[in-house]
Amino acid sequence: MFDPGLLNYWIIMILMMTGLYTVIAKGNLIKKIIGLGIFQVSVIMFFVSMGKVRGGTAPIAGEGFEVFSNPVPHVLMLTAIVVAVATLAFALALVVRIKEEYDTIEEDEIRELEAGEEG
Amino acid sequence: MHDSGLSISSHLPAFQIAVPLLSAVICVLIRKARAAWLLATTVAWAAFAGACVLLNRVILHGTISYEQGGWTPPWGIELRIDLFNALVLIIVTGICAVVISASLTSLSMEVPEKKHNLFYAAFLLCMTGLAGMTITGDVFNIFVFLEISSLSSYALISQGATRRALTSSIQYLVMGTIGGTLLLLGIGMLYMVTGTLNIVDMADQLAMVGPNRTVLVALACVTVGTSIKLAVFPLHIWLPNAYTYAPAIVTAFLAATATKVAFYVLARFIFSIFGVELAFEQLHLDRVLMPLAIVAMFAGSIVAIYQTDIKRMLAYSSVAQIGYMLLGLSMASVTGLTGGIVHLFNHALMKSGLFLVMACVLYRVGSTHIDAMRGLGKRMPFTMAAFVIAGLSMIGVPLTVGFVSKWYLVSAAMESGQWPVAVLILLSSLLAVVYIWRVVEVAYFQEAPEDAPEVKKAPIGLLVPVWTLVFAIIFFGIFTSLSAGVAGDAARMLLGAGS
Repeated sequence: MFDPGLLNYWIIMILMMTGLYTVIAKGNLIKKIIGLGIFQVSVIMFFVSMGKVRGGTAPIAGEGFEVFSNPVPHVLMLTAIVVAVATLAFALALVVRIKEEYDTIEEDEIRELEAGEEG
Repeated sequence: MHDSGLSISSHLPAFQIAVPLLSAVICVLIRKARAAWLLATTVAWAAFAGACVLLNRVILHGTISYEQGGWTPPWGIELRIDLFNALVLIIVTGICAVVISASLTSLSMEVPEKKHNLFYAAFLLCMTGLAGMTITGDVFNIFVFLEISSLSSYALISQGATRRALTSSIQYLVMGTIGGTLLLLGIGMLYMVTGTLNIVDMADQLAMVGPNRTVLVALACVTVGTSIKLAVFPLHIWLPNAYTYAPAIVTAFLAATATKVAFYVLARFIFSIFGVELAFEQLHLDRVLMPLAIVAMFAGSIVAIYQTDIKRMLAYSSVAQIGYMLLGLSMASVTGLTGGIVHLFNHALMKSGLFLVMACVLYRVGSTHIDAMRGLGKRMPFTMAAFVIAGLSMIGVPLTVGFVSKWYLVSAAMESGQWPVAVLILLSSLLAVVYIWRVVEVAYFQEAPEDAPEVKKAPIGLLVPVWTLVFAIIFFGIFTSLSAGVAGDAARMLLGAGS
């Protein structure tokens, strides 16, 4: 069951579930966003470790470079990191606006305030 | 194919993405609300015209493959337009164009004028993302464009007039990001197995590898990820709030495009990459999706009946209508998939029409609550007539587009011997009668309260887009060769490639 060669994937899965749990279980919006960040980073690490070849070097064509790591997943993750940063920035901006409007960033308190508005 | 005299028009696929993207930047720079609107509207109509040319070219000459930057696929990124996504592209750009034409009048009610240029920039970015997802032939590109459209749609939703727009937006952001990240994870697993990102190449490689656990997990990740964006029941929780509290224009736009493109992505992954055999015979996706689709059809409609805010009612009705599309997909037969695709097209027309009617009502009456509709049939005759026609289409009355898609879905259910499903489709249509009738009754058969302020007819800037959509609803309900004909050919192509 446990293969030490797959240790990286175990770590990634644990990270991913930690992130997802945080998003679901925490009511504080900042903590939710942190969870979201962990979730995204675990997938980024998944891609990075997928492309790594043991003993492989950067893909340089020349003497002494024979085993290469696959650069494609690494390059893809540059874009995914940008996406993650943009999402984080936008989420934080929204939280600031929510704090201004509701004077709280706890989800249950916000829900109470909204229920009060409707009733 | 490559003709020097046609060099500009052969780059048309790239323009569909590049022009809105660059125009979004210009919108930020010009700072004038009216000028930004003019630019955005021109770009959207140009993109629609381009999409029509592309569909025509696909019908005449077959699938278009455009090599980005001149790199040949599978190494370079390819834009690939076939019958299926050409049709989706038409509906996305067409709805964009109609809705943005209406926004000059409607938006000033909800968004302060000095933010209008940024609003149009986000609108164009969203359109870029949706068009990009639709026409790209590269799975990682799908993820990137998905995030472009998602981030800009969160921004658009958060512009709503009340503070609840903010919480709706962050709720959608959290769920949407999880969906997008799951899609990315699925793509990563597919890349591990196949070593390619090109959709056509990936399908070939997968057919050689055959099913293994990584592929199945990838299919699961992709299905769940796109289902969140598609708002498949029970992953629809973000949708009612987002549609209710977003500015009316944004709702009309997103309801008709964002979920439709998510449906396209799901169908593309299932039929063009994984193939029918893997998805429906190995993993039995139909046994999961069909019950969910049917539950959505009923739950969405029943909840819609009890809403007092009509915008929210239409949002729940969207959940139900997504059920119909998913039902067509899960039948995995030519007629069923045709029904799914044609309902994608038709629902986009009627739902954006209905939400634009709500924009009119909001503009003149200031509320979309059902009490505010009393006597509106006399006071805003053209607006409410549009509501009635689009509503009839929602129910599935003949001579409207709603009938065409229901017809295909019911006959697909009969064809495969699943007559209970056919009965359920008809029963859930009756629920649509109930929630549409509620509005009609209040608007036509109740008198306006005596102290009600004078209500003028809707401004022409809103009525023209609304009636454009209503005209389309009737036109495509009678002349089905474009929508249903192309959808049928697309379904045959998807199923042919998959088996």
